[in-house]
Amino acid sequence: MAEERKLRILVAKPGLDGHDRGAKVVARSLRDAGMEVIYTGLHQTPEMIVATAIQEDVDAVGLSIMSGAHNVLFPAVVKGLREQGADDVVVFGGGIIPDDDIPRLAEAGVSQVFTPGTPTGQIIEWVRQNVRPRG
Amino acid sequence: MSTEIVQKVLAGDVRATARLLRWIDDGRGEARRLLKVLYPRTGRARIIGITGNPGAGKSTLTDHLIRYFRSRDLRVAVVAIDPTSPFSGGAILGDRIRMQEHATDDGVFIRSFATRGHLGGLTSTTSDVVHALDAGGWQVILVETVGVGQDEVDVQRLAQTTVVVMAPGMGDEIQAIKAGVLEIADIFVVNKADREGADRTVRELQMMLDLEKVTQAELAHHGPVQSLLAAAEQRVSPAGWVPPVLKTTAVRGEGLDELCRALDDHHQVFLDACRDPQFVQARLRQQFLDVFRRTLVARGWSYLVHEDHLKQIVDRLQRGEADPYTLAEEAVKAVGGP
Repeated sequence: MAEERKLRILVAKPGLDGHDRGAKVVARSLRDAGMEVIYTGLHQTPEMIVATAIQEDVDAVGLSIMSGAHNVLFPAVVKGLREQGADDVVVFGGGIIPDDDIPRLAEAGVSQVFTPGTPTGQIIEWVRQNVRPRG
Repeated sequence: MSTEIVQKVLAGDVRATARLLRWIDDGRGEARRLLKVLYPRTGRARIIGITGNPGAGKSTLTDHLIRYFRSRDLRVAVVAIDPTSPFSGGAILGDRIRMQEHATDDGVFIRSFATRGHLGGLTSTTSDVVHALDAGGWQVILVETVGVGQDEVDVQRLAQTTVVVMAPGMGDEIQAIKAGVLEIADIFVVNKADREGADRTVRELQMMLDLEKVTQAELAHHGPVQSLLAAAEQRVSPAGWVPPVLKTTAVRGEGLDELCRALDDHHQVFLDACRDPQFVQARLRQQFLDVFRRTLVARGWSYLVHEDHLKQIVDRLQRGEADPYTLAEEAVKAVGGP
């Protein structure tokens, strides 16, 4: 029973687009950085993502979206987590997201947004700096 | 703090349960204290193990079983285990993908775990996880093992009913003889039965099961298992149950009624066996030995990291003052404990 705390990250794809290459690449990179990554597949509603985050007791949720619905879906996940008392779960996101939308997402509680072309090393580094294993 | 979380776990609170499972998984000292309090409330859940090769369809079958038990209005928990990468220590836990339909059903609790280096198909603390869920009133607990196919036989000690899932055309027939997978099944499922070779897989399994019966009769002839360790590893299962070999095509929902019926039949046989004090004692003995083994290791480990004990030992070894055997025996004597 040697104590061993690991980061647990949920990588989720909200919304209707079927492009999960990016989510899978990020999931794998985080795994290769020694984290435990829960991957749930496509077409998740914010409610499903929140329920999964709580059952899995994750430290952070990474959302990937290509459909343009980020302004609705990202804040909905943050709000759902807060309603469940899980406001300490860090929410970050990525995908095709116009620069103009990023401040609004930050205001809604999305801690960081990674746009296309971000090296995976940068995402790993950010997660290491900003997410702590809880308990 | 502890009593608060215990009350919440007992009431089936999902957040508190999720947190306790995290503590158990991380090997935190608090977890064991809480488990002591929760233990008297265990023993009510029906525990089903699902094991088999990667890609055989374990998660898809688990998804169907959730639906079946939910249709009977039972609260269902799923413990889904995936491997930790030995290279990075990380893991991708993806069993939930096949169970998304139940994500927002509050009568379903799904939790993914990574093996973190433990062999045998479970994590080292899966039995503690199952106890916690059992105490929390989750009425059916489905334990889905890592899909490795050869050595993941731990699940049969934990589960009341073990389902071994195979798919045709994967060389499973031969793997089964090598593996010991044959011995642990209460129910065999040949999934993806719409594929070529399914009937042959069923036939070959049946044939090997017949051979297995002969072997067991011979073993029985050699008398009871005497060694304590053998008792710990030994399979404790109700006498007189012949594992059925069932065909399913899980993605199309075929053969699942038969599987559910077989599960219920075996559950009844298990409950009947529990009226035999010797059967119950054998199961409790295994449960204790599992906890004992982990307690020993934890004690030894914390002794070694305490006050540089490990360094002192290695220094003496390096100076040629003693051999590792003597040093290990001395350390074990020194471990003691409250």
